Amino acid sequence: MASIDLTLSEEQRALRAGVLEICKRYPGEYWRDLDVRREYPEKFVTELTEAGYLAALIPQEYGGAGLGIREGGLILESINYSGGNAGACHAQMYIMGTVLRHGSEAQKREYLPKIATGALRLQAFGVTEPNSGSDTTKLQTTAIRNGDRYVVNGQKIFISRVLQSDLMLLLARTTPVDRVKRKTDGLSVFLIDIRDLKGFEVRPLRMMMNHSTNALFFDNVEIPIESLIGEEGRGFHYILDGMNAERILVASDSLGDARWFIEKAVAYSNQRVIFGRPIGANQGVQFAIARAHISTDAAQLMRDKAAALFDAGQPCGGEANMAKYLGAEAAWEAGNACIDCHGGYGYAEEYDVERKFRECRLYKTAPVNNNLVLAYVGEHVLGMPRSY
Amino acid sequence: MKILVTVKQVPDTATQVKIAPDGKTIDPTGITWIVSPYDEFAVEEALRIKEKRGQGEVVAVSLGPDRVKEALRSCLAMGCDRAIHLNDPVWATADTLATAKALAAAIKQEGPQLVLCGRQAIDDDMGAVTAQLAELLGWPCAYWIMEEAIDADGKSVRAARQVEGGLEVFDLPLPAILAAQKGLNEPRYPTLKGIMGAKKKEIRDVKAADLGWASEPPQLSIVGLQALPPRPPGRIIAGDVPTAVKELVRALREDAKAI
Repeated sequence: MASIDLTLSEEQRALRAGVLEICKRYPGEYWRDLDVRREYPEKFVTELTEAGYLAALIPQEYGGAGLGIREGGLILESINYSGGNAGACHAQMYIMGTVLRHGSEAQKREYLPKIATGALRLQAFGVTEPNSGSDTTKLQTTAIRNGDRYVVNGQKIFISRVLQSDLMLLLARTTPVDRVKRKTDGLSVFLIDIRDLKGFEVRPLRMMMNHSTNALFFDNVEIPIESLIGEEGRGFHYILDGMNAERILVASDSLGDARWFIEKAVAYSNQRVIFGRPIGANQGVQFAIARAHISTDAAQLMRDKAAALFDAGQPCGGEANMAKYLGAEAAWEAGNACIDCHGGYGYAEEYDVERKFRECRLYKTAPVNNNLVLAYVGEHVLGMPRSY
Repeated sequence: MKILVTVKQVPDTATQVKIAPDGKTIDPTGITWIVSPYDEFAVEEALRIKEKRGQGEVVAVSLGPDRVKEALRSCLAMGCDRAIHLNDPVWATADTLATAKALAAAIKQEGPQLVLCGRQAIDDDMGAVTAQLAELLGWPCAYWIMEEAIDADGKSVRAARQVEGGLEVFDLPLPAILAAQKGLNEPRYPTLKGIMGAKKKEIRDVKAADLGWASEPPQLSIVGLQALPPRPPGRIIAGDVPTAVKELVRALREDAKAI
């Protein structure tokens, strides 16, 4: 039976303290400076990797810590709570899950220990395409078997951290959609080495915040058949069961953001004196922050519920999606309360509020749009007609 | 070489300490407890000595209530081999001398060649235990250490102590006690592997009776704690710039006597 622990264990507290200790060495200036230059937090990610935190979910037999998703979430939440941005590296934690669950023993032995040490980075996952977006089964990138190789052709967009990865997981169609019974069949997952890959082009996109994302072009890219994960044609099903982990971890990023905003907002509105008293004494300021705190605590309960179910091996699709939804909304609400109470200073770069505001907004849109979470809950949790 | 490190668990530097209703202690509600930062320098130095020599054992020792286990666990996560927890209700009111006596008894049982301490704990800033330990054990002691080097055969240690404008260098025969100053090293933080491994390491509970420790009244008793008076409001000097500057200089010279 899954149960939610309302307090952190001694080990979880130590884990949190360990992450915060690293984060302390990377203050606001560090992230601000990278933000202006749209550069990757290489030093931070390297340090976090070397300390073992990004290998939290990899089983011990493959060189990781073998911890649960609750601990993984705690690590990411602590990074965002400290003012940093775990989005730069959270995927190193969970993309390997597809290899772990569906890869062959040889693939696991080959890759997981290196992913655990950070010798190999696997933090890019090529799914989204210019013409398919959330309608994944319509994707047009193909991988056609030719002897001992697959030949890949197509385009992907908004594929993050490709330039900071050695390996990428790729979803491509191996059987045309008109030759499969169900449109969810005929898609396959590949683990490909993208270092010096001929015919593979990466075009970085400059985004609203410092998030390394790209358009990808595959022009007759040849990959060995050993790149295939699991069975050909089952790829869509493989990626679906990795989604819950991703949702729970992204919810954790958002919870960290929300806590950061609330702490900033409380501190500022308690000390900022206007009209002879702290602005926090005004209900217009105070209630917005209190409301955001309520949303955040509620989102955390849902995240904890989803994590408890996940770690107990129980179905958690609804909870994981709802946690992601509530987390992203809570962070956005807290971000708005924080920027409002800071007035003009909320827009000043040196306060970090505007940067975090831009960063937290992403999780209302990605990795799945909150509208699609509503669609999921309507259809799969409530049994209503499909709305899209 | 066996090295023993004494550590104290203290409130996090970011904690807003409140005085408890009894007026003599602090209110523990909501406090985040950490290892006193100077003690972390001591732990780090002990681990570096062990690593440099390629062998040895580092034992962390702390006196205090149950919560202190978490501080010891974090020393184990940094890399200490085991820990000793002096945990007995009779020590609840221990002053520095009683603390030093209990630690000295534990040190005698362990028989390390070197004891490392922080130069002071950052809670009450007493900084007395190291010297008291040295006196009780009859060992040489150097405070505010910025550098140390143990000779190859492990018979003596050269320690450099911070003094105004430079370093004062001592040779001490071992066993000896050193107290770490900020700058001695940059403490490592625990890795995830370290945190997980710390669960399996031993924290031995030691009671007063195990040390043959006889209870005695404290030499030092706290009469009361007082919060700092609130900071007086700032003063804004009015007037045009030349007048205001004149007044500012006058105030700094005559009122504040700052220049």
